[in-house]
Amino acid sequence: MIDVLLITFIITLFYIAIANRMLTYLKVLAFQGVLLFVVVFIQLNEINPINLALILLETIVFKSVAVPLFMAHVLKHNNITREAEPYLPNFVSLIITTLIVVVTILLANGVKDTRLDKIFFVVALSSLFTGLYFIATRRKIITHVIGYLIIENGVFVLSLAVGNEMPMLVNLGIMLDIFASVLILGIFLNKIGDVFKDVDVDQLSSLKDY
Amino acid sequence: MIGIYLIAAFTIALALFLNRNKIVTFALLGSFLILQGALTVHAYLNFHSTELGYFTYDSLAVLLLFTLLIISIPALFHSHIYLEDQPAPVESRAIYYAAIVLLITAISAGYLANHIAVTWIFTEVTTLSASALIYHHRNKLALEGTWKYVFICAISITFVFIGILFLSMSLVNAGSDDLSFKNLLANSSQLNPFWLRLSFLFIFTGFTAKLGLVPMFTAGVDAKDKAPAPAGALLSSVLMNLGFVGIFRFYIVVANTPLHNWANLVIGIAAFLSVFVATVYMIKVKNIKRMMAYSSIEHMGLVMLGVAAGGIGYYAAILHIVLHAFVKSSMFFQFTQLYRVFQNKSIYHVGNYFKYNTSGAMVLLFGFISVTAMPPSGLFVSEFLIFRSLFEAHQIILLIVVLILLTMIIWAFGKNILKMLFIPPVGFDDSHVPVINPWESASQFFLLGLAVYLGLNPPAEFVQLIKESVMMLPN
Repeated sequence: MIDVLLITFIITLFYIAIANRMLTYLKVLAFQGVLLFVVVFIQLNEINPINLALILLETIVFKSVAVPLFMAHVLKHNNITREAEPYLPNFVSLIITTLIVVVTILLANGVKDTRLDKIFFVVALSSLFTGLYFIATRRKIITHVIGYLIIENGVFVLSLAVGNEMPMLVNLGIMLDIFASVLILGIFLNKIGDVFKDVDVDQLSSLKDY
Repeated sequence: MIGIYLIAAFTIALALFLNRNKIVTFALLGSFLILQGALTVHAYLNFHSTELGYFTYDSLAVLLLFTLLIISIPALFHSHIYLEDQPAPVESRAIYYAAIVLLITAISAGYLANHIAVTWIFTEVTTLSASALIYHHRNKLALEGTWKYVFICAISITFVFIGILFLSMSLVNAGSDDLSFKNLLANSSQLNPFWLRLSFLFIFTGFTAKLGLVPMFTAGVDAKDKAPAPAGALLSSVLMNLGFVGIFRFYIVVANTPLHNWANLVIGIAAFLSVFVATVYMIKVKNIKRMMAYSSIEHMGLVMLGVAAGGIGYYAAILHIVLHAFVKSSMFFQFTQLYRVFQNKSIYHVGNYFKYNTSGAMVLLFGFISVTAMPPSGLFVSEFLIFRSLFEAHQIILLIVVLILLTMIIWAFGKNILKMLFIPPVGFDDSHVPVINPWESASQFFLLGLAVYLGLNPPAEFVQLIKESVMMLPN
């Protein structure tokens, strides 16, 4: 069951590579949040109520509802165009994402550790690199943030892989996630939207050496 | 004590944030400095003891705490001058002081942490407080700098977290789940090399954002450019040391495993590339603050080269980060005076500084001599030892290339600094140049002198602390 969910997670990465509209990205992010919640629910066998509440807060409330809603608000408020405007065509994106997944699978095959579920490793690393690729090839600042959130989701999956041994690390990861996202989204995306009217990374190039 | 320190410091930061009265601000800042001093002395007196389970007063932490204390006193003093000179709204002044107190607190706690996750948490707090400092001017450029800093630091922090996750996987064999450095060191033979390798790559990459090394160095340069210079002094000295602590403590663990040579290779490549990148930028840079920031990248590259070379290089690396912190922060403090005279940070619009502010110009000249490691600068000693360690590690070609790059840096740095000091700027109207009190340069002279003293004639205690910090490393 977990395998199916995690493979669905990888499929969302492919989907995000070829999606064109900003709202689609947000919907995929929300869907990933739900997927993560179900995975946690099955994976962590001994969850105490407080931990469960925290994870529920993180995945459903935060990842699936609050962040997408807030970003949709930012999109609307700043009249950001609905197209993602990637630097590379979607076909190339799809190929690169596929390559990333293949390479991580090959890497995971080299692991000799039997206790680790390799699929967690593959999903986590693929979403990490897809997120980085996403940041590098999209033009809008808001898509950079989406790339960052994809990385965060990957890290969350990775922390689940060790979650049964070290629940503390899962909590730490959640803390990181909420802290960094609030810092990035709450303070700066809002401000940047107000100051730079068309939120495009090309505008963020006035800090120069001369 | 560390518990009291953290609670009191956070309370002071909160009070500074809420307070609007100048006298109360002075009282709060004064009490914070006393608190910081008390922590430092306490750390020295209770050498090697552990408090609250996660904080140990070891030799590296004590050494860097003293450095932090010595730099934070002039940092607050110059911040006061800066804020008096450039009238900011009361709110942003309050945020500035609160953020600087929070930054110093987080850095101290990060030095003392004996658990990798705790170091990581306090590094994250420094990102928050540093971003408030960078955004001080609330304009478009400051926003751009802050955005880049926050975004890159957020990604780096995530990288460190991934590294910690891999580290916990590598520890599974050891039958223990304690990620404190002590336990990792005790179980270093049990660590799974595959996970440890991945873990080291991610943790190293993550901390380079704070240390200012390739690949994540860019954010720090923008940050030091846009932050007010007294805050920039902290960012380019003690905060970089925090990045060093994060990497170095973990490096000690890795060095005691069979991966030692591989880790040296990784560090060596990143360090060499940093020196190279710094050289390239130093040659073309025209913004004085960014020039100093790139010079910090060069120095951190040299420090990590020393670590990678091993032997006497470990000692030299620790000596170098301490001395570099004093020298670079004094140059940043000096920059506030330079800016008051010329109202510009481009080299084209600055010149003939000796005519307008003699004591400040002397600081710049001595600072230049110190930072380029010419004798009698203390950095000369540490750089010399780093070169010797490279020589002893049989890295002759690398040593020659690095020396050529350093010569180019000295040329570029010297060309700019001498222009600032002696060549009159074109079209500069000097009828409104403010008179600068020479006493404002006293702290810079003190810091530069201290760097010379510690380099040329280090007290036995100081040498002992450094030696103890590198004791756990294999030769």
